[in-house]
Amino acid sequence: MHGFSIADQFRRNLEKDMNTKLLAAGLACIASQAAAETPTLTVLTYDSFTSEWGPGPAIEKGFEASCGCDVKFISAGDGAALLARVKLEGKDSKADVVVGLDTNLTADASATGLFAPVAAQPNSLPVPFSDANFIPFDWGYFAFVYDKTKVAVAPTSFAELAASDLKVVIEDPRSSTPGLGLVLWVKDAYGDKAPQIWADLADNIITVTPGWSEAYGMFTEGQADMVLSYTTSPAYHLIAEQDDTKAAAAFTEGHYMQVEVAGKLASSQQPALADQFLAYLTSDAAQSVLITTNWMYPAKTPAEGLPKGFETLVQPAKSLLMTAADAEAARAPAIAEWQAALSK
Amino acid sequence: MASSAFKISPAQGLSIVIAALILGSAAMVAAWADGFALAPADWQALRFTLLQAGLSAAVSSLLAIPVARALFRRRFPLRGLLIRLLAAPFVLPVVVAVMGLLTVFGRGGPINVGLGWLGLPEVSIFGLHGVVLANVFFNLPLATRMLLHGWQAIPSERFRLAQSLGLPPSTQFRHLEAPMLRAQLPGIFAVILLICLASFAIALMLGGGPKASTLELAIYQSLRFEFDLGRAALLAAVQFSLCAVITLLAAKLTLPQGFGAGLGRSMDSPAPKSWRRLCDVVAIAAAALFLFGPLLAVVIKGVPGLAALPNGVWPAVLRSVVVAVVSALLASAAALIMATGAARNKGKAIELAAMLPLAASALVLGTGLFLLVRPWIAPESVALPITVLVNATLTLPYLFRLLLPEARQLRADYGRLTASLGLPRRTRLRFVTLPRLARPLGYGAGLAAALSMGDLGVIALFAGDGGATLPLFVQHLIGAYRLQQAAAASLILVAVSFALFWAFDRLGSYYADA
Repeated sequence: MHGFSIADQFRRNLEKDMNTKLLAAGLACIASQAAAETPTLTVLTYDSFTSEWGPGPAIEKGFEASCGCDVKFISAGDGAALLARVKLEGKDSKADVVVGLDTNLTADASATGLFAPVAAQPNSLPVPFSDANFIPFDWGYFAFVYDKTKVAVAPTSFAELAASDLKVVIEDPRSSTPGLGLVLWVKDAYGDKAPQIWADLADNIITVTPGWSEAYGMFTEGQADMVLSYTTSPAYHLIAEQDDTKAAAAFTEGHYMQVEVAGKLASSQQPALADQFLAYLTSDAAQSVLITTNWMYPAKTPAEGLPKGFETLVQPAKSLLMTAADAEAARAPAIAEWQAALSK
Repeated sequence: MASSAFKISPAQGLSIVIAALILGSAAMVAAWADGFALAPADWQALRFTLLQAGLSAAVSSLLAIPVARALFRRRFPLRGLLIRLLAAPFVLPVVVAVMGLLTVFGRGGPINVGLGWLGLPEVSIFGLHGVVLANVFFNLPLATRMLLHGWQAIPSERFRLAQSLGLPPSTQFRHLEAPMLRAQLPGIFAVILLICLASFAIALMLGGGPKASTLELAIYQSLRFEFDLGRAALLAAVQFSLCAVITLLAAKLTLPQGFGAGLGRSMDSPAPKSWRRLCDVVAIAAAALFLFGPLLAVVIKGVPGLAALPNGVWPAVLRSVVVAVVSALLASAAALIMATGAARNKGKAIELAAMLPLAASALVLGTGLFLLVRPWIAPESVALPITVLVNATLTLPYLFRLLLPEARQLRADYGRLTASLGLPRRTRLRFVTLPRLARPLGYGAGLAAALSMGDLGVIALFAGDGGATLPLFVQHLIGAYRLQQAAAASLILVAVSFALFWAFDRLGSYYADA
């Protein structure tokens, strides 16, 4: 950027002299070339990251201010679509950094060999985290969210939920990452008894949606008493809408976590810049942005702490998270169990 | 003659291009596969897909008969408006429509409140009946409009003759209307069946659980989550074969009507009195209530958020309108060429090619194109042109199906005359073909434009930095918990889609009446 403005200044001085018009044109050419040589960091991420209300715009601005580079986002659906895109593109991907996979997908992602090792960043996750290829940038607990004015007594476990008349809407594990998270949550908490839990829950589940948006939409429209979302969802309503009627039910089994991670592609032409970006992602500036755009917990709590309102959220007694390898191994059988139990 | 047998007509050329596009993209996906195998659950998905599509198509086409007949023979204030508004559900984006349906038929909706007053238990919309309900909501208007075109295509002179002969309505039905239904219904049933085969979000959202999984969901799962390209390609092949069988069966069952040509004048159709009148009133009122209730819900939900809409919505509207109009024009031109071509030829190849896109999974098509363009160009830089191409291709079957019966009729009625006059192609197009086909062409182009507005499937694969179309924009709003703004943006989406549809449809009628 500096090179560009100096050349600009230069050009303006020269343009004062009419005779040097030609030279000015030549210099303009050089200036635009200098601009083209500003390195570009291409970030492959999910849709909602780059949207007007996502963390993308602020993070782009923040990183560009210090990197002397141009950040370009490419978006591809959700977390699962992201991995499919990486696999489709293979070794000649133009992306340098991939932001938005979760730990249920990282084993699969690492197995492609397309990701390069990255330096670990300090984090404040409630569980130990180690992955050679990925760093966490935010995380949340899956939870059933309800409206306090409509549900007087929230269930405190899957068993209580199954015994109640409450109607819930969940996401399909075959097409959405929260849906997959729920299936792994039940599997992690109940192991071999998972199919029984699903069978008991069958009459509570009014429907299964393709993605989070449809499910959350149905819930806010009053079609269901509870929706599978995050413990941090009520924070949005509280902070952005001054609406304190939404709450997440705390389950005694513990809550499964979704840890969103970012990694660097081995094929990147800008490996140093990519490392710099990953480090920036866990900086206080970026983490503060993520909290109130993704409405998740920061991977590393910024110095100023969490925004006011987060202290009202339920704190799970136990944090559940399978290792990447366990999640990968459990995925297909757990989905099959879920499908069999709910298809009866 | 021998030399012309090897010449390729424009219609045949287009058929080859479309078949190459659809089958080629699937082949591209297959080429990347490591192995081919279907999951056991896929067979269950196939069964459910056929069940829900068959039921939905049967209910939609049967219910359309009394509604279209009543609309054809009754004259009442706002009739024209009602007929145009009939298209509105069909052009709604799926998620918006499902939310509208839930407001009316779901928990706390007027239906369940009414049942509660009568002391009856609440009825859940979730299940096979909910899926059929939603599919009928989408497709009843299409079936009604197609049948209405059929009724209007019966030369008014025939009705006048029947009346002067003093034929009772039942005899009129047997001699004039039944042959028309016999000619139209198989095609209409087939189109709706094909539309419902590819449904994914409706079945999943209203089906109540994984037993309501369709083939399209299995494709989604295999492409997105499992990256099992072989399974995706196999599933796409199953969908294509189903489509081919259904299209060929429908073509076999479709008979020419052969009423002979009329003067193309419109006249007041016979309007029998007494109980028949009451039946017609009930048919029209029930259809209007069923179709406009959920629509009204979408409007009511959308209005409060309108004031707070972010500025980003307008560029998204513009982008979507450009995509929709260009796709609609492309699809119309292609459909006109292919329908007139299919009417001339005895073979079914053109018809099959034109119907093929209905069986194409948008996701397979998008993934195939992605793999195809990527070696040469950054996919995100061609997001909009690809979307236009895909939308034009995917909406071609609707246009084609609307044009084909009338193109055949035109050929039967005027083919020999224009041939004996030796009219040049352009003159024939201007004075014979376009005036006769203007009505379905305008309507079809309107549908195509509106469907392209609502399309989301493909752009998401290609979208880069900031090039969101309106449906994607709505998705972003929901993703950011901004549900009220999302409802308002959906309302704008619906309004703009419908305005586009209206404009094309008006243009067609204007041209036909001129």
